[in-house]
Amino acid sequence: MGPRIRALVIKEFLALLRDKVARMTLIVPPLLQLIIFGYAATFNIRDIPYAVYNQDGGAASHELLARFQGSPVFLQRAVLTAERQIAPVIDDKRVLLVIHIGPQFSRDLLAHRPARVQVIIDGRNSNTAALAGNYVNQVVQAFDTEWAAAHGWQVPPAQLVVRSWFNPDLLSRWFIVPGIVGLLTLVVTLLTTGLSVARERESGTFDQLLVTPLASVEILIGKSIPGFVIGLIEATAILAAAVFWFDVPFTGSLWALYLGVFVFLLSGIGIGLMISSISVTQQQGTLGVFLFMVPAVILSGFATPIANMPLAVQYLTYLDPLRYFLVILRGTFLQGDGASVLGSQYAGLAALALASMTLAAWLFRHRMA
Amino acid sequence: MATAALVFKDVEKRFAAGGGRITEALKGLSVEMAAGVITGLLGPDGAGKTTLMRLAAGLLLPDRGQIAVFGHDALSGTRAIPDSIGYMPQRFGLYEDLTVRENLELYADLQGLAPDARSARYDELLAMTALGPFGTRRAGALSGGMKQKLGLACALLRTPRLLLLDEPTVGVDPISRRELWIIIERLAQDGVTVLLSTAYLDEAERCHDLVMLNEGRLLGQANPASFRAPLVGRSFLVRVADGGRRQLQKQLAYRTGVIDAQLQASEVRVILSEGAAPRPEPGETWEPAEPRVEDAFVALLQGSRVQAKREAATIGPGSEPVRLPPGVMIMARDLRRSFGAFEAVKGISFDVSTGEVFGLLGANGAGKTTAFRMLCGLLLPTSGKLSVAGVDMYHAGAAARQRIGYVSQRFVLYGNLSVAQNLQFFAGVYGLGRAALEARLRWAEEEFDLGPYRTVNAGALSVGYKQRLALACALLHDPQILFLDEPTSGVDPLARREFWARINALAHDGVTVMVTTHFMEEAEYCDRLVLMSQGEVLAAGTPPEIRRLAQAPDRPDPTMEDAFIALIAEHEQSIRRAS
Amino acid sequence: MNGMRLRGLIRKEFLQIVRDPSAIAIAVALPIFLLLLFGYGVSLNARRVPLALVAPYSPQAQELLGGFDRSPYFVPHRYATMAAAKSALGRRRVDGIVWLRSDFGRRMLAQGNAGIGVFVNGVDANNAGLLEAYIRGVWLGWLSRQAQDQGSTLSVPVTVEQRIWFNAALRSRNYLVPGLIAIIMTLIGALLTAQVVSREWERGTMEALMATPVSMGDILLSKLIPYFVLGMAGMALSVVMAVWLFAVPLRGSLLVLFSASGLFMLVALGMGLLISTVAKNQFISATIAIVATFLPAFILSGFIFDLNSMPVPIRLLTHIVAARYFVAILQTVFGAGDVWPVVLANAAALCAMAAFFLGLTWRLSRKRLD
Repeated sequence: MGPRIRALVIKEFLALLRDKVARMTLIVPPLLQLIIFGYAATFNIRDIPYAVYNQDGGAASHELLARFQGSPVFLQRAVLTAERQIAPVIDDKRVLLVIHIGPQFSRDLLAHRPARVQVIIDGRNSNTAALAGNYVNQVVQAFDTEWAAAHGWQVPPAQLVVRSWFNPDLLSRWFIVPGIVGLLTLVVTLLTTGLSVARERESGTFDQLLVTPLASVEILIGKSIPGFVIGLIEATAILAAAVFWFDVPFTGSLWALYLGVFVFLLSGIGIGLMISSISVTQQQGTLGVFLFMVPAVILSGFATPIANMPLAVQYLTYLDPLRYFLVILRGTFLQGDGASVLGSQYAGLAALALASMTLAAWLFRHRMA
Repeated sequence: MATAALVFKDVEKRFAAGGGRITEALKGLSVEMAAGVITGLLGPDGAGKTTLMRLAAGLLLPDRGQIAVFGHDALSGTRAIPDSIGYMPQRFGLYEDLTVRENLELYADLQGLAPDARSARYDELLAMTALGPFGTRRAGALSGGMKQKLGLACALLRTPRLLLLDEPTVGVDPISRRELWIIIERLAQDGVTVLLSTAYLDEAERCHDLVMLNEGRLLGQANPASFRAPLVGRSFLVRVADGGRRQLQKQLAYRTGVIDAQLQASEVRVILSEGAAPRPEPGETWEPAEPRVEDAFVALLQGSRVQAKREAATIGPGSEPVRLPPGVMIMARDLRRSFGAFEAVKGISFDVSTGEVFGLLGANGAGKTTAFRMLCGLLLPTSGKLSVAGVDMYHAGAAARQRIGYVSQRFVLYGNLSVAQNLQFFAGVYGLGRAALEARLRWAEEEFDLGPYRTVNAGALSVGYKQRLALACALLHDPQILFLDEPTSGVDPLARREFWARINALAHDGVTVMVTTHFMEEAEYCDRLVLMSQGEVLAAGTPPEIRRLAQAPDRPDPTMEDAFIALIAEHEQSIRRAS
Repeated sequence: MNGMRLRGLIRKEFLQIVRDPSAIAIAVALPIFLLLLFGYGVSLNARRVPLALVAPYSPQAQELLGGFDRSPYFVPHRYATMAAAKSALGRRRVDGIVWLRSDFGRRMLAQGNAGIGVFVNGVDANNAGLLEAYIRGVWLGWLSRQAQDQGSTLSVPVTVEQRIWFNAALRSRNYLVPGLIAIIMTLIGALLTAQVVSREWERGTMEALMATPVSMGDILLSKLIPYFVLGMAGMALSVVMAVWLFAVPLRGSLLVLFSASGLFMLVALGMGLLISTVAKNQFISATIAIVATFLPAFILSGFIFDLNSMPVPIRLLTHIVAARYFVAILQTVFGAGDVWPVVLANAAALCAMAAFFLGLTWRLSRKRLD
């Protein structure tokens, strides 16, 4: 590294770290987000509040309900005594679902006749409703299997034996937490680089830089390195938190992961510097970072699968560096992937990095004043 | 005398300066300002002028002491006070995305101007400020001088009893300055009390009363005549028959008994210390001169302040300047630059020789800054030829940029880096080796007295020290050409003197200096200069040549400011006739 | 307070909004973009899932696999060996594998007890759960056809009859799009407002304002009123797009919807003004606004993630997130109707928060520079 770039790098670090407020923005938001996302962002539902309306007095219905009471997924909130009570408890959001057992339930079962259980679910949040419905089915199926065996019912000729690979208990934390590594790394790199040129343009120091012997490429490198180093440190810290605090297993190749971190940081920095070079003021820079970040997170597959999106939107996601990095993160964390499987992801990131950096360096000098 | 307009009694005001430090802006200030007159507030940077204004406007509360406005206690929160005050902050809060008229409308609403009185008042103010034709233009698109005038108009919508103006003429060209003053004097005639702070001491001459602050204390209060009185018999204009005036100035500055020696037109203005007698040397003609407020200001402050460095600045140890062959250092031929349909620079041509101090003058919006940015390589010319040290800076490589130094408007530095860190950074990007770096940093700290401020953030420095640091940073690598964009704007007269002493020394050592300025007396320091108006060069030549252009029967010996105003007025008139 | 001053300030504010590209970007472009993204782009409903089928030929197996071919939920891919299927799963070509052993047909006929191996990629747990449910559905359909062929009916002791109220088709759009209104109003009320006030401090216009006889109440109101109108316009736009473009049912009354939105807008504005009173710098106020208002509105409001499932400390934390109360109202008014107990309880919480934030801003705002 030449002395000129070294001077620039030192200055960039000082500018980022000397100010108390600037230091805080590098530490506090990522920390808060790690805690909030790590704990709050989950699709595993538990403590589903439910009410029971049991018109059957028999043992079979009690046996079935006992299974719900014993499950950590369900939490019984109320016992109803009349059908008209069902609507209010659901409407008021006191319970998410009502299990309604008819008066013939035990009698039917003992007579070897199929019995029915009605489950009324609040569909206002359709995802929660679908998940809750699945849990109800699982409890009832377990009951069925035992009841069929104990009471000599005919067994289905073929049983499903379901196993889930890479995440046997289907913990959504294992899915979300590696994603946070990508999300926060992106936030930190964009915050450190996205305003660095705009801030200098606003205060006039950028002109001062341009009249020095520094070449555009040197400015680019000088402005990239601090973002890179800080991004790398924070990424490592969050990775460690994911493994040691949130207990997400890391099964793949660390080398493959860090190769991904490397190209991802480059692409994030490139985009940050590009936004920054287009902006004249810090306000525009902040806004640009925000306008990029929100869709980048939504379209990355962080919470909702890319495959669920319409085709046109799926093509749009190819411009989102986070999309590639999430595949690398989840692949190396959970699927035990090595670098060879992830080639196309690295290539996508590298292409974005190259394009954005080139454009940023060009914009340094060619942006109309 | 009627009730005083503004009374400060034993007022103290402190600010937290960060890092647990406390700045005492006012240290028990007691002062009275009379109603119905123009009072000038003078003082070096950091004297407490802005704090005083803000306290008077009720925007700050004093830590101790009393403030009364027209007899009302300012701390009692009475409504009468804001209603009677008009205040124009240094950076007036115009809404840049609102038009001139919309800004006026807004402030008319805020000051509660009756709707039926408005139209007439707008017309009056727009006529007074000559902003009439720009009523529908966005404030952000106005030139610096026009913005100041609009700010003043907004503060004047409902004629206040007390008008507070904080450095209303900084960054404003001489024509706009003259216009602003006409407005201010007319207001005073109408009975408005005006309190204004200024760094232009020629303006102080026009005030009725002067209040001088230094380091939060009152240094003196008097009318300009009494203020000048101690200087009678101590101001002289010196000339020599042959030889450069710059050489003469340098000699005079070292002579015993001389406090100050400044170029003024083709002569040198000398101020003697109290009791010293003039000692002309052979060949010199000393003529007693009418003392000016500036003379008194300098005489007063020289005593209370660290003796300004008057030794010639040197390029420093270990760096013998490379002597260039005499010849053209900067060449511009038919240089043009357009922004969309607007042509900011319309084909200018000039040459600057090695070791010359070359001035670029012009009204606000004349195209100086655009021309300047093209010369430094920050902006690509639309057409024309340009050569700086033999190359075109825009396309030039690092080696060419190594040869120039640049001090931008407002002394742009990294505000949250310390003085030492700023210096180290610039030394680094100019590729100074370790040994050279150490030596140059030491040189910079000594030469510019920056040593005590090593660890202070550049953003917390006073304007004067910011200017020193900016110059130090631009000189670390011994540039052959120095670009200075309004390098003395907002800087007090003492700091300006020091600054120019350095520039002269640099020029003497062969550094070519390109400078823009609004201070016409500074134009005198230039070897040659061009005067720009509306994108064109109006006049080019040495300062005496330029002044001669404006000679007229009623104006046998015009000052540079007279010349500036006359030439530009003439040019604008010819354009108007042509269209 | 003074009518003329307030009118002048409000007019200025509107002119600035209209002329400031960043205000337009936050108040108009971003909401439309988010609505389109969530309305069309983001869906938690699994689409046709790529599924690997590994099965040697047997009539019984063909019958079962035909069920996957006919199902609208799958795009089946056949693989000859389990190894090939596993590799496809590892490379994310398929999300799951259905594996029938070579003796599937024989075991089924002989013992009536054959295993169907199902492997799902559990990385995305949410998706995996849905996939499993879809596979189970195909399996049940196959079982009942088998039973029919044998002239009997499938007899399972207990079958669940699910009735999903309010959103029988489980369209995620029906709750994501209404929830988005809370996000959009947070953006306008907190982020944009905090920015415009900090900008006045930064550009020195606040100093000039304060030097006029205008009162702090006038200044605060002049920010509240225009951004309130802007936020409600953003909200109206979202409602129009939700109902007409995305066909989200609106079962409650517009009156309740707009009143609740107005209340929430006051809370958001209160937060925005409070932030800008504390941070007089645009960058810092934007950072605080994003961390303290935007992110919680996204994550801790029940907009996407279920509040009941969060750990207790986080669940307690959500009670100070204003968006949670508003999202509850939004999802109820859109999905269920004017359910008064839900609306009133949450509106009361919003009232309290509005009073708190606006009151605190009022207390902290002084017409002084220091």
